[in-house]
Amino acid sequence: MGNFDFGVIVRALPLLWEGMQVTLLLTLFGIVGGIALGIVLAIMRGSRFLPLRLFAGFYVDLLRSLPLVLLIFWFYFLVPIAVGHPVGGFYAAVVGFILFEGAYFCEIIRSGIEGVRRGQVMAGLASGLTQTQCMRLIVLPQAFRAMLPVMLMQSINVFKSTSLVYVIGLRDFLTAADLIGGRDNRLTEMYVLVAVVFFVICWAASQAVNLLQRRIAS
Amino acid sequence: MITLEHVSKWYGSTQVLNDCSTRIEKGEVVVVCGPSGSGKSTLIKCINGLEPFQQGTITVEGISVGDKATSLPKLRARIGMVFQSFELYPHMSVVDNICLAQRHVLKRSAEASRNRALELLERVGLRSHADRLPATLSGGQQQRVAIARALALDPIAMLFDEPTSALDPEMINEVLDVMTELAKEGMTMVVVTHEMGFARRVADRVLFMDEGAIVEDARTASFFEKPASERAVRFLSKILQH
Repeated sequence: MGNFDFGVIVRALPLLWEGMQVTLLLTLFGIVGGIALGIVLAIMRGSRFLPLRLFAGFYVDLLRSLPLVLLIFWFYFLVPIAVGHPVGGFYAAVVGFILFEGAYFCEIIRSGIEGVRRGQVMAGLASGLTQTQCMRLIVLPQAFRAMLPVMLMQSINVFKSTSLVYVIGLRDFLTAADLIGGRDNRLTEMYVLVAVVFFVICWAASQAVNLLQRRIAS
Repeated sequence: MITLEHVSKWYGSTQVLNDCSTRIEKGEVVVVCGPSGSGKSTLIKCINGLEPFQQGTITVEGISVGDKATSLPKLRARIGMVFQSFELYPHMSVVDNICLAQRHVLKRSAEASRNRALELLERVGLRSHADRLPATLSGGQQQRVAIARALALDPIAMLFDEPTSALDPEMINEVLDVMTELAKEGMTMVVVTHEMGFARRVADRVLFMDEGAIVEDARTASFFEKPASERAVRFLSKILQH
């Protein structure tokens, strides 16, 4: 550690920033897509139609039993075989993330929806709103408020998990740092930097969640 | 206006409504009473189709509630309902609570909905609370907002499901006053309640239920003076003791 060279980091910044953009984009797609899929799955799990309920339940159990790395491999190596042409690392990762995170967000959303009193829907129905309107105007807004802290924690997890795309060589923040470290023989600087950046972002985000949680409670 | 003919309902193998028949005329105030678990709430929830029933027919102004072709949302929009636990939407202000169904069911404009809401809040004495959240109101105030919310759709009839049961004693009257006022104006009302004073003063007719059946269906005066069934006598003696 005696010759920790900050200059290495400064010179690497443009490439690292490119990596960080990939990481942030993956996070964004993972969260937005995951929540969208999660809502659909959560509604399916609450459906009166048994096959939908069973399918969504099976999907969630299955996806939550598989390691995310496996899913990323899957989409990177097997989907191109199925569709007949390469899908590209970024798209494979995005699809993998959405399918995986959708299962987790589903469970968060479901518990949020179940936390809304049944009488609220009764009141909505009694005033002539349809089931769908009750869900959209009455249940989901309340559910989202209650589950926001948990959702944000899960979003921080998504951000951290994006580093797994290292396994398919997609140049995210960690992979970029690793490449530079290997090229310049400066792995110490690079790995320390990656750790610091992840820590600062995740720590700040979880502090924000705590703050928010206290504001919701009051 | 509302007719029930031989309505029966089961939860699994348990019968909760047993051959209930009655007619409610326009402008009539009917109180439904009876011991807890006798099916009172279930019965009025069948009237607007919140609870399905397996046998018999219910019609509201000639429209059959149980008919699969009937649009329940349309029917429900014409019948106001007030619940025991208020069920105001906690994430919206008082005035937005009253506007929601006006906007999304009746498709009224934002301005028209708000004006109607404020007019009704004035009427239940809560005009100054319009922009507050429900949680900041007392139980009695919340229930008055809930009544205003139901009235906002200009219903042809109002259903009250134990509207004062969840209230502290000192708040019961402010809600009953609003309901009495409404009755005087000629609103058709079906009220499930244990408030026998209210029933005596305001109701035209009393339905007494026990074990899912309408045991007694009588004019208010005759129900209180000489109830026909022994079960009603026992119920009244218990509830009027104090």
